[in-house]
Amino acid sequence: MPRLPGGGGSAFRAFGISVTWFWLGAFALLPSLALLLVSVLDRGELDFFIPALTLGNYRELLGPVFLRVLWDSVRLAFFSTLVCLLAGYPFAYHIARARPKWRPWLLLLVIIPFWTNSLIRTYALILIIGAQGMVNRLLMALGLIDAPLVIMYTDFAVFVGLTYTLLPFMVLPLYASIEKLDTNLLDAARDLGAGSLRAFWHITLPLTLPGIVAGCMLVFLPSLGIFYVPEILGGAKNMLLGTFIKNQFLVANNWPLGAAASAVLTLALILMAGLYRLSSLRVAGREKKGLLGGNGDGKNPRREAANLPEAALR
Amino acid sequence: MLDTPVSAPPIIELRGVAKYYGSTAALHNINLSIANGEFLTLLGPSGCGKTTILRLISGFESPSRGELLLNGEDITDAAPERRQVNTVFQNYALFPHMSVWDNVAFGLKMQRRSRAEISDRVSEVLRRVHMEALADRKPRQLSGGQQQRVAIARAIVNNPLLLLLDEPFSALDFKLRKQMQLEIKHLQRQIGITFVFVTHDQEEAFAMSDRVAVMNEGEIRQIGSSQEIYEEPENLFVAHFVGEINVLEATITSRLDDGAYTANVEGKDFKLRSKREFEAGEDVKVLLRPEDLIVYLENEHPFTGQFFLGRIDEAIYKGATVDILLTLDSGRKLQAAEFFNEDDVDISYSPGDRVALSWVEGWEVVLDSEGE
Amino acid sequence: MMRSLKRAYMGLVYAFFYLPLFVVFVYSFNSGKYTTNWGGFSTRWYESLVSNSALLDAALNSLMVAVCAASLATFLGTLTALSVKRYHFPGRRVMYGGIFLLTVSPDIVMGISLLVMFIALKMELGFVTILLAHTTLCAPFVAVTVLARLEEFDEHLIEAARDLGASEAAAFRHVLLPLAFPAIAAGWLLSFTLSMDDVLISTFTTGPSFEVLPVKIYSMVKLGVKPDVNALSAIMFLFTLFFVLLAQAVSQIRRKQ
Repeated sequence: MPRLPGGGGSAFRAFGISVTWFWLGAFALLPSLALLLVSVLDRGELDFFIPALTLGNYRELLGPVFLRVLWDSVRLAFFSTLVCLLAGYPFAYHIARARPKWRPWLLLLVIIPFWTNSLIRTYALILIIGAQGMVNRLLMALGLIDAPLVIMYTDFAVFVGLTYTLLPFMVLPLYASIEKLDTNLLDAARDLGAGSLRAFWHITLPLTLPGIVAGCMLVFLPSLGIFYVPEILGGAKNMLLGTFIKNQFLVANNWPLGAAASAVLTLALILMAGLYRLSSLRVAGREKKGLLGGNGDGKNPRREAANLPEAALR
Repeated sequence: MLDTPVSAPPIIELRGVAKYYGSTAALHNINLSIANGEFLTLLGPSGCGKTTILRLISGFESPSRGELLLNGEDITDAAPERRQVNTVFQNYALFPHMSVWDNVAFGLKMQRRSRAEISDRVSEVLRRVHMEALADRKPRQLSGGQQQRVAIARAIVNNPLLLLLDEPFSALDFKLRKQMQLEIKHLQRQIGITFVFVTHDQEEAFAMSDRVAVMNEGEIRQIGSSQEIYEEPENLFVAHFVGEINVLEATITSRLDDGAYTANVEGKDFKLRSKREFEAGEDVKVLLRPEDLIVYLENEHPFTGQFFLGRIDEAIYKGATVDILLTLDSGRKLQAAEFFNEDDVDISYSPGDRVALSWVEGWEVVLDSEGE
Repeated sequence: MMRSLKRAYMGLVYAFFYLPLFVVFVYSFNSGKYTTNWGGFSTRWYESLVSNSALLDAALNSLMVAVCAASLATFLGTLTALSVKRYHFPGRRVMYGGIFLLTVSPDIVMGISLLVMFIALKMELGFVTILLAHTTLCAPFVAVTVLARLEEFDEHLIEAARDLGASEAAAFRHVLLPLAFPAIAAGWLLSFTLSMDDVLISTFTTGPSFEVLPVKIYSMVKLGVKPDVNALSAIMFLFTLFFVLLAQAVSQIRRKQ
């Protein structure tokens, strides 16, 4: 926006902009830099870190212990994300194509778990999949099994837990991008001779790609970091990335190593954010850029997710 | 029609105004005076700078160079709220959380007028735009035309020296647009406020304005009455932008007295008239509107006077007229528009027919080889 | 056929979402000590929560943090949204990019990076540090909520107000703020729930002197299924439910007119 003659509102303008910069600088940039710095410092005997530069922490990440943690974590996160996507897409699609009268309510039912404490939701899952849980009791009552299945404290339990807690984070951005899709495009594709599968593959999928990437980002990243899901459902058997980082800070007091390990998460964040920007730029194409233009179409996946009510219940 | 604004003092004057965004120029050296009570339209394709002029006058942008005088007072650096100018925005920009009444009262409230005065003036202006019955509605409960009326009422209630309208009809359908054009023209005559109107629609500009300024690429290419713009385009851009036009290549052969010339037009000798000065041997362009061309089937032509011979490519029935696309024997393609001849309903034009083509002497426009 | 299949699928996913919570809710009224058997209806576990003073202290601490953090974040986020929406300034895209990254960055990274900074600045972990951390967590949400709302409106509204004689301040007060208010209120409510529920960031940014509810609940949950935890979980869920519904209702203000 151009400079306004008369300098009207310049005080508010300066205040708003400088306060925001200060906050971003002091509570986002500075801590990130501090973390980065600590990751290349040495571990101290008494202090959490001492001012001696080293790459030893990153070297330690290449050792078998951390690589094992990383492999287990990424594998679990990957499968949870995949299942969330496969389960969430048709689900989001049907909400988006539900009758307008029903849509806000169907959506609200996803928004509630989205905002509900995932610790509580993880805990609730124990009542379902635990040794005395609903699943086992149902199966035993039906006579399908004699002894309770061991689900708790396995990788499978962690996988179920991650899928359960994070599914809403997949559904909401998917819904946002599917809802935006112009159904005329699908009709046009059908009119031009594409079968429904091919119309989906060539039209729906590419145009909802930003939603897919956003959903995957909002599932994959947290599933690497939420330490309480594996700790509650997986027991202490396999350590995952979130717990590893937490332990370096709160138990082992090896902050430099923990900081270095968190770089993996930051790297994943940057990669996925870049991917999201690319995909939304592609879909936005040459259309008018959103007001903010900051990430392609001026959309924000969390905003799409968190604020969907705003858009959907209109 | 009003006189050209030489006699009356201008209500708004732009002197040497330029606007740059970084290194790109949105406006070059604009000089424009608008007389009090005038209805002036800025006409041009999108990106020509017409909206920028509006935003400079309203104060949402400041010029990179030059000055603006409102009623003789320098307002170049005055904030928008300090200018006695109001705007009707393209999508109306009605405040969605306020009723029609509150929208219209907003400006007066900002001026801290007394409650009684606000009440009087708002009801009066709502009555004027026939919206008094809907004063309690919210903007979203109104039709497009009604929103338009509220936007106008909200602006004129402040008695601005100047009312700016930025493509105000773009959201309306064809029929409503015609109706609102009449309504606004009528309103302007009634209240006598100067209107500056922006549009890219030539017909709309012609229908409403006292004067039209045709703009392109940040410059005013011609300013004048609708008739002057249409009949006497000063350059090829204006000629092409307003309506259809045929352009013929010609060379001046000699100069006669009182603005007449002989010229070789598309290989034939013609007598031309122009207010401009040309020299013998100069290449020129001869511009003719399709409706100025007279088409005779070859066997009906008297073969006197000056004419071209050619062949019909296509005849397109348009209701009141028929458009004829034809190719001269010189190879140039032209377009003519003929009214149906009431006396000779049997006349028909078909592709392939040989025709002779002429025009009323003096109706041509002659421009130099640059099209200026 | 397809239709009923579709409905069955939708039902299944919704059941997946709500069944565990429903079971927790039901068992929170089980008078028996074990989840295996239904021992009759009772509110004794709720009563035992009320008499748990450590838990109540933590809850009080959390409420205090949540109210303050939500208010600060709402102020900050609204300011940011208004600035970004209204003004063009150098670095505006960078600012937006920063807010975007904050909303998607993993909580654990935000938690440890703030911890490192607090310690480096020799700040004692407690109310102030967790307040600053939660404000940082919530403000981007408020900013995007308010921005989303502002983008629904004609971009010329502020200009229209100024054209009609309002100063920049009056235009904000009479036009932008009333329009954004539902989003601002919703932003506050959501920030409040976010702060009340946050485990990851709280774990790192508060010290033993200042225990908060989510971390306390986590230490209880780790020990397995307990009837009083059922009751606590049920309360927390109802609490969130209330705030989310309220936020929904508030954000509908002025939309249905």
